[in-house]
Amino acid sequence: MTNVADAAPVSGQAEPPARSSIRGLIAQTEIDLRLFGMLVALAAILLTFHILSGGKLFQANNMTTMAVQAANVAIIATGMVLIIVSRNIDLSVGSVVGFIAMTYALLMTDWMPALGMGVDFPFRWVIALAIGVLLGAFIGGVQGFIIAYIGVPSFIVTLGGLLSIRGAVWYLSNGAAVSGLDPTFQLIGGGATGSIGGTLTWVLAIVGGIAIVVLLMNSRRQRRRHGFALRPMWAEVLLGILGILAVVGVAAFANSNFWPPGLAERYATENGITPPPGGLKIPTGFPWPIILLIGVTLVMTWLATRRRFGRYVYAYGGNPDAAELAGINTRWTILKTYVLMGVLCSIAAAIAAARLNGSTLDVGTSYELYVIAAAVVGGTSFAGGIGTIPGAVLGAFVMQSLAYGLSFMGVNSPGQNVVAGIVLIVAVGFDTLNRRRGGGS
Amino acid sequence: MTAVAAPPLVEMRDINVAFGGVHAVRDATIDLHAGEVVGLVGGNGAGKSTLMRVLSGARPADSGEILLNGKVVSIANPRDAKALNIETIYQTLALADNVDCPGNVFLGRELATSLGSLDDSSMEAETRKVMGRLNPNFKRFKMPVRSLSGGQRQAVAIARAVYFNARVLIMDEPTAALGPAETAQVRDLVRQLKDEGIGIFLISHDIHDVYELSDRVSIMYQGRIVDTVDKNDVTTDEIVSMIILGKRPEEATQKELAQLELGA
Repeated sequence: MTNVADAAPVSGQAEPPARSSIRGLIAQTEIDLRLFGMLVALAAILLTFHILSGGKLFQANNMTTMAVQAANVAIIATGMVLIIVSRNIDLSVGSVVGFIAMTYALLMTDWMPALGMGVDFPFRWVIALAIGVLLGAFIGGVQGFIIAYIGVPSFIVTLGGLLSIRGAVWYLSNGAAVSGLDPTFQLIGGGATGSIGGTLTWVLAIVGGIAIVVLLMNSRRQRRRHGFALRPMWAEVLLGILGILAVVGVAAFANSNFWPPGLAERYATENGITPPPGGLKIPTGFPWPIILLIGVTLVMTWLATRRRFGRYVYAYGGNPDAAELAGINTRWTILKTYVLMGVLCSIAAAIAAARLNGSTLDVGTSYELYVIAAAVVGGTSFAGGIGTIPGAVLGAFVMQSLAYGLSFMGVNSPGQNVVAGIVLIVAVGFDTLNRRRGGGS
Repeated sequence: MTAVAAPPLVEMRDINVAFGGVHAVRDATIDLHAGEVVGLVGGNGAGKSTLMRVLSGARPADSGEILLNGKVVSIANPRDAKALNIETIYQTLALADNVDCPGNVFLGRELATSLGSLDDSSMEAETRKVMGRLNPNFKRFKMPVRSLSGGQRQAVAIARAVYFNARVLIMDEPTAALGPAETAQVRDLVRQLKDEGIGIFLISHDIHDVYELSDRVSIMYQGRIVDTVDKNDVTTDEIVSMIILGKRPEEATQKELAQLELGA
């Protein structure tokens, strides 16, 4: 017992992970423990509500609905991570979503027809989407410019944005709700028809599986080229198998969700198909909002970890002076985080508008709170420099699974908010204690 | 004294820096030759770091000019200084604590693949080479530098400065946070870099450090350069008296010198 100090690694160098302990084995796979823990938490929440609901919750249609509800917040949260990591905040996201959603609705109902782009005009939905994305980038750029180049605190600038942009939504539509979007645009919102279908879902799963194997092999080749320590072979194989199983499992689960019988019947009669006994079973596969979320998560993770931009965002968050002295154009970097956020808001706005087949005055209200909560539950620290994109996406799913599970149990929305607020504080509390004990990453 | 032909590697002329009403550097003129170490000493707030921050681009001067090899250059920000191969090891080290060692060494000058993505494995390999020279036992390349010891963090900051072929190196209190063994290592490094022909400005509180490593010493007092002396022409006591009194020994009165003796 007296030699505890002697047993510690002498020079403070990293000791090779002990093979015997479970922790050591996990360390050899280099799995991110925080993300793994959040996956476990998500599974535990779903399982608890599944049992409480008498085995009704964990079904493909419920989970698809839940995922689509989480998609909007998750997409914006990927951008909020970079903004919080670089020691800023964006309170305006909800209002920006509302403003752009209303713009989409008005474009397709009033403005484009007025310019001769009626319902039959080709690629109307693409044009509308492009205008929305540019508008998002512009709003983000203006706010980012005031924050980065003029030096007004981001809290103030985006609080002003929250108020004034929400007010501007009213002026866009003169206070009216607008409905009637382009039918193709509506697919972005998901639902049975707004999904990619069974075949494409399988294709995607296969592509995903191959990508996992290629990435693992590529990383191993890079390490060997430079003579770095390699992951043990069993860990590589285990990671590959787990990754492929996860992708295939999720795809199979998504494909166990079928078109509603009424819709399938109508489809059958329209196409002259004789429905088999028990009705036509058409798998929905992944809904479009989930496809968008997967795409956004991949692109944002790539930006955050593989590009100079991401490196600068994290370095600035860790030590703004160091980033400045290293010659990084920190203002331009901060401006870009807001432009990116605006673009993400325009994607979320498209999903929100498409789901409603239009827009109302309060689309996106309170999004800023859910988004910040998702990022923070996902491990993003307000001290700056710490946070991951996949973490924030998982954080959004944890918060949404709680809300969905509670509503499934008949708890009303104020009750859901009470729970969500407490979970937010408890999750960050645990994280703070954990970091303090771990003394680092 | 006859070698007038080659202009100095660095010449800073009549540099002035003011923060609000505080004149941090007044009409400072200083030069540095290749393969030379110039020590910069003075009390707290004497303007040493501020003068060097002008050269490293962290705080451009309000007036005055900088010449490199006899040519006037403009250094408006750290990027300009680095483009001129002027590297700085800051007293605070200026490391991003949440980023790992290769990320810090290459911060702002990342190696990229042909598609513009970060080439982390090449950066790690290069960092292993340069760190192998500075701190052969170092192995924590994947850890955020927050988790490193003071000496290891110092080594990362030095690695960043020496990796990119510095011509001019500014070292601001490079041994302040180090133990005796690590201090000796840094001293060896300074001599080695000097032999490679790099010009070094060395800021230190430790007179003995400066005296041992420098060829010349510039003494600053309240923003002014009191004098620049050849190390072999002065004693450490004379340097100390200049730091405290802000006057050359011959200018100081007997009374002042006597008080200094009493104080010491």
